[in-house]
Amino acid sequence: MTVGLQIRGGSKVYPGTRALKSVDFDLHLGAVNVLVGENGAGKSTMMKVIAGVEQLTEGRILMDGAEVRFGGPDDARRHGIGIVFQELNLFPNLTVAENIFMGRERTRAGIDIDRAAQRRETRALMARLEQDIHPDTLLADLRVGQQQIVEIAKSLAQDARILILDEPTSALSAAEVEILFRVIGDLRRQGVGIVYISHRLEELLRIGDHITVLRDGAITGARPMAGVDLDWIVRAMIGGASKDYAKAIDHPFGPEIFRAEDVCLPRAGGMAVDQVSLSLRAGEILGVYGLMGAGRSEFLECVIGRHSHATGRLFIEGRPLTARSIAARIAQGIALIPEDRKNDGLVQILSIRENMTLSSLRAITTAGVHMNLGAERRTVAGFVKRLTVKIASMENPVSSLSGGNQQKVVIGKALMTNPRVLLMDEPSRGIDIGAKAEVFRTMRALAAEGLGIVFVTSDLEELMALSDRIIVMSNGRVTGRFDRRDATETALVAASAKGHAPASQEPAA
Amino acid sequence: MSDAATPARTVPSSTQALLVALKARTFIALILVFVFFAFAAPNFLSTANLVIMSKHVALNAFLAIGMTFVIISGGIDLSVGSIVGLCGMVAGYLILNGLNPGFGWSIQFNTVEICLIVMVVGIAIGAVNGFLITRLNVAPFIATLGTLYVCRGAAMLFSDGRTFPNLSGNPDYGSDTFRLIGAGTWAGLPVSIWMLIAVALIAAYIAARTPLGRYIYAVGGNERGAALSGVKVNRIKLFVYMFSGLCAALVGLIISSQLVAAHPATGQSFELNAIAAAVLGGTSMSGGRGRIGGTIVGAFVIGVLSDGLVMMGVSSFWQTVIKGLVIIAAVVVDQAQQKLQARVALQAEAGA
Repeated sequence: MTVGLQIRGGSKVYPGTRALKSVDFDLHLGAVNVLVGENGAGKSTMMKVIAGVEQLTEGRILMDGAEVRFGGPDDARRHGIGIVFQELNLFPNLTVAENIFMGRERTRAGIDIDRAAQRRETRALMARLEQDIHPDTLLADLRVGQQQIVEIAKSLAQDARILILDEPTSALSAAEVEILFRVIGDLRRQGVGIVYISHRLEELLRIGDHITVLRDGAITGARPMAGVDLDWIVRAMIGGASKDYAKAIDHPFGPEIFRAEDVCLPRAGGMAVDQVSLSLRAGEILGVYGLMGAGRSEFLECVIGRHSHATGRLFIEGRPLTARSIAARIAQGIALIPEDRKNDGLVQILSIRENMTLSSLRAITTAGVHMNLGAERRTVAGFVKRLTVKIASMENPVSSLSGGNQQKVVIGKALMTNPRVLLMDEPSRGIDIGAKAEVFRTMRALAAEGLGIVFVTSDLEELMALSDRIIVMSNGRVTGRFDRRDATETALVAASAKGHAPASQEPAA
Repeated sequence: MSDAATPARTVPSSTQALLVALKARTFIALILVFVFFAFAAPNFLSTANLVIMSKHVALNAFLAIGMTFVIISGGIDLSVGSIVGLCGMVAGYLILNGLNPGFGWSIQFNTVEICLIVMVVGIAIGAVNGFLITRLNVAPFIATLGTLYVCRGAAMLFSDGRTFPNLSGNPDYGSDTFRLIGAGTWAGLPVSIWMLIAVALIAAYIAARTPLGRYIYAVGGNERGAALSGVKVNRIKLFVYMFSGLCAALVGLIISSQLVAAHPATGQSFELNAIAAAVLGGTSMSGGRGRIGGTIVGAFVIGVLSDGLVMMGVSSFWQTVIKGLVIIAAVVVDQAQQKLQARVALQAEAGA
């Protein structure tokens, strides 16, 4: 087996973080190179470097022994590198064929687009992928899984020698995954080098030929797949260091602090949140587990008041929560730490100080008009210290911080409102391991102070380590309720898949 | 963790100096323009000329202050020029005719009442803009383009397109003091300048020291994020358009008082000058960034430039070209400053 592409001493520095630390990576042609690691381990960064989307800060990329430089994705494409990103890069307003040939249209004399040829080739590609998708279908009319197939077809159409698939199966059904694996097998036989990134370890064991494990931007294991088992992967992924956030601080729970009854949120053709009820005691951490699109984030958004057409009853400390506006609900003691930090959590253009106090300006304002900027700075400084946010100056824009510190700013903003109930949506997304542990310690400490915490996560390990109780959601419904002591990973995963099979009817939990 | 001393260590002092110069660029430009005309145009520095010039600048500065809030909040207000025209016509109509309910008698108003009514009209039109934008989800550009036409048309309808002449008022009704708004002076400065100082101070206070001001920046920076932080986004937007309407109404009053007449075409393309002043003063068209002080300096640069060029006898065609070039240059420099500023902050935080 030949090595088609090598990275030697590759480092990539982002503001505040080193995403890659001098990695040496070999990409074998005619093989499936699987890549594993936790969120934020640097997998996507390494692939973006190979695809020319990002450039290495230090180090070299070699192809067939000669050094290459990719100034942009086009350079990489010319070298036969195709990539299917985790987030789809397609145009919903164009047809399947137009999407597949975007930027490389089949033309007559360079001007007139040869639609017939494009349609023909699209049909051939779809046949190869065993998909019954018409070339003239609007992309927006396809299911997400089918859109992913189109994205894969787009790479295939470019005759890629190297094809990178970044979590391609996250939105695919079981049948579609089988087809994808067959296509991958074909490509491998044709000598294409495939890089396959996934969190589903059993998939990796099944189709991988070479495995590379990343942790914290460094490669902690690289070997042929033969003899690799789950144990080896997990050890390489997590390392010897025990996760100190796993230590629970045991404290007694207080009385019920929050209750939701029959929360519903309609959406086109169904319910995003379907009769969700739960109760939370002071000092308790309630983990909400489920797959992407299970309605977990939407439920939290209903509680904070983002969706005006949501129905259901909410109680805080026994009192009904009737206020509908977000501001009034925050005043009643609810705070949300949104999943999408960049778009929902922060105002990137404003300073760290201005972001932190945005929800609680009332506390530093006299007569509703005059802000005491000195008091503001003191409060912010207090929270910066308490949450150990690493900043040079609180006047710098919040966008200059690393993900972990940005998250701490968001948490600080929520805590400044003196909440009784804290809603946290994927609080560890996109932050490094050190910051993660600090965020989790903070959560534990807050719970010990008597706050009720509802936190949504897709990470089983996090869920088991942090939650006192666990709720599993699927298709907008609650499909499982567990105490931490009797929750097993198998039971959780099984509950999270309920309601996806067409026939099953779940009773309202 | 280190304090504000860190940037000085990690960022070379030349970069710091450059950043300071870039931040003060509009002010530097103003000084340069002043010095240039002081030599190039005779009588430029005479007191009489400075007073006349500042009166011209004041008109644009009012609109630019209102516009600054709107732009910071992430919107745009194209209707201000028309509001100026309409408010001038309302003032003229009230002075000449009073209100005639159609019973053979009419209500006459004194100057203060007229001013209040006109201001309410301006605020109300701003409220319509805000309502269209927040409740009916019309894009700000389109909503205010619509009110631009409606107000201009309404101003024409008031008088069938004719001018209301001789607005000297009637001492019997107490409206003879109306012309003092444009012509009066107090402590050596024109009344309109005092009004501008008052409005500018209030606006700067709102921007820097009130939650309202902070929310305006937050809404413009990230509307969704602001809403999830508990900011009442719709109220904030409503306020900025109403404030902009109020500023336009004041300009309408001042102009009709200065001219002692109200013409329905008054204020045409004023909105563009206001936008230019705001942008020149460092307001970002994408929202979230801008300062009242910067806008006022920007208004002065534009005003001084055009008056100075007139005094030098430069043709009005060339004046327009020069004005355009200055605005483009300002935005290009602004981009450079933003890049440098972001880099300095990143370096400081990376070293933290």
